[in-house]
Amino acid sequence: MEQNVICRGLSKTYQQDAIIVQALSGIDLDVPKGDFVCLSGPSGSGKTTLLNLVGGLDAPTGGEITVAGQRVDLMSQAQLATMRLMHLGFVFQAYNLIPVLTARENVEFVMQLQGMDRKERRARARAILEDVGLEGLENRRPAQLSGGQQQRVAVARAMVSGPSLVLADEPTANLDSRNGEMLLELMRKMNEGRGVTFIIATHEQLVMDHARRLIRLHDGRIVSDELQR
Amino acid sequence: MSITLRLAWRNIWRHPRRTLLTSSAIAFAAAILVFMVTLQRSSYDKMIDFTLRVYHGHLQVQPKGYLDKPQIRNTIPDARALASHIRRLSGSASLSVRAMGFALASSKERSYGVQVLGVETENESHVSTIPGLVRKGRFLSSDDAQEAIIGYLLARNLKLNVGEELTLLGTGRDGSVAATVVPVVGIFESGSADLDRQLVQLPLGAFQDVFSMGNHGHTIVVVGESLEHLEELQRAVRSGLPPESSLVVLNWEALLPGLKQAIQMDWVSGWFLYASLIIIVSFSILNTFLMSVLERTREFGIMLALGARPGRIGVLVIVEAVWLALLGLAVGVVIGTATVIYFHIYGFSYPGMEELAAHYNMPAVIHLALSPLSLTLGPAVILLVTCAAALYPALRIRLLKPADAMKAV
Ligand SMILES: Nc1ncnc2c1ncn2[C@@H]1O[C@H](COP(=O)(O)OP(=O)(O)OP(=O)(O)O)[C@@H](O)[C@H]1O
Ligand SMILES: [Mg+2]
Repeated sequence: MEQNVICRGLSKTYQQDAIIVQALSGIDLDVPKGDFVCLSGPSGSGKTTLLNLVGGLDAPTGGEITVAGQRVDLMSQAQLATMRLMHLGFVFQAYNLIPVLTARENVEFVMQLQGMDRKERRARARAILEDVGLEGLENRRPAQLSGGQQQRVAVARAMVSGPSLVLADEPTANLDSRNGEMLLELMRKMNEGRGVTFIIATHEQLVMDHARRLIRLHDGRIVSDELQR
Repeated sequence: MSITLRLAWRNIWRHPRRTLLTSSAIAFAAAILVFMVTLQRSSYDKMIDFTLRVYHGHLQVQPKGYLDKPQIRNTIPDARALASHIRRLSGSASLSVRAMGFALASSKERSYGVQVLGVETENESHVSTIPGLVRKGRFLSSDDAQEAIIGYLLARNLKLNVGEELTLLGTGRDGSVAATVVPVVGIFESGSADLDRQLVQLPLGAFQDVFSMGNHGHTIVVVGESLEHLEELQRAVRSGLPPESSLVVLNWEALLPGLKQAIQMDWVSGWFLYASLIIIVSFSILNTFLMSVLERTREFGIMLALGARPGRIGVLVIVEAVWLALLGLAVGVVIGTATVIYFHIYGFSYPGMEELAAHYNMPAVIHLALSPLSLTLGPAVILLVTCAAALYPALRIRLLKPADAMKAV
């Protein structure tokens, strides 16, 4: 099967003054196209660090990362920006949205960066917001939306650029279980309907239950990697 | 509207009070600059015009080389006829013929080297304020009268009073001795110490007699209605010169180079003051933008994660600065311009200026000129400085690492 993400001997150390923290050590990981992966593990185990490295938000101190056939660890800042813009989607824990832009404008923002023309942007934004169940709320600003609605806008924004991989860091952490459930179902739908790969970091059981594959991290190492269904 | 413009506009209204305070500072500085620069430049026009009308005039026709070396032999032949010819060509301008020589001036008690000027008695008052500034006695009566007026400092030095006799001893155009004894009929105070100390005026006819000038003169002084159309006037005057003559038409900048320099100096020193105002404002802008960039670190991190280039976010910050500046400048320029228009109509006068002005026949109020340059120069500088102040915070965004930015709260 075609691999979307390949990590080989990936490691990351942080140095703050004299203290050296080994956040990741020797991660080997293959994520095939269309997978729905949950990264779990205790706080400080390296989940966010791994997502950041895969997404090119941070540089590894060792090892290789390939995303959609391209070596992320060898890219310049500008190449990384283009890579993120064209191939990746991100969903973070909270405050994902640009507060002065409406839901529709937040979704359109990415397409604007991609240089898409106005008409197509409008049409796509409307369609995706409908898909995530936000029709009628397009013109609200983030502050006028509930936490669950905000996260759905964030998913819509991550999906709208047509990425092959979406990285989500604790997307449900600020939601109650009902809203968390709805968000996960939405992501599942996107995963199945569009064949987009998802890697979700979490320590919530709810998310783990929805995952096809569950990877556990501990002290920067993969301690288990199992298929759930 | 492009997304960057819209985003920037909304961003500046995230903190309405901060935005209003910063743009008020910009507005205040802009209003002051609009008024001060206009006042300064309007005063210059007044000052130049006033200074020139005392003695030098706007233009002078002179023999070539006379300005650098005023030799009595270097003359304009038949000067009055030439002056009437030019007068017909140059519309409403005033002209007056002068002749000049150097002499030793003596009273009973003392002697001083002086400049003796022969003037056309009926025309001189149109090109010079000196005839109107005779403090004691009167101005010269007619072109052939044997009489003189002298500056008040010279009168004091020579211990001469109106009605007493002045002896002049010099060299005529043909090299002969030029000597005469004339009564002083008036004592003037021009406001220029140089003129008041060394100028003696005779009627042109009398001067031509004494200095063996025949019908020759040395300069034709020209004063137009205003300095604005000086170049046209200069062209008109030049067209009236005899074809192969060696005469030149000099404008005031050539006649009085010190005046231009003095004005440039004043202009520069004015800008030192303005610069300090602008610097204070720019620090307030810099502060605002450092704060606003710092508190949005996480938001910028998200933009970077979405694939925005740091340069694009930098541009966003600059555009925010431009919006803020335009907001302040719009208000400032309106207030500044309204003030200028008020003083354009009703005139502005420096405190204490009336007395001084009255003494020297000078206009007491300045009607500010409505010049587009004066109205926009200051605001343009503020706009530039605002962008420059936002540049540093904007460039700092380049140093932002997406992963670290995401961790900020
Ligand atoms: N910028 C940094 N500087 C220094 N150490 C860091 C930095 N970022 C993370 N670390 C350290 O790296 C380790 C892994 O952190 P990471 O954020 O990846 O954990 P996590 O699994 O996401 O934890 P959590 O569940 O709390 O979000 C931790 O020990 C953390 O203290
Ligand atoms: Mg984390």
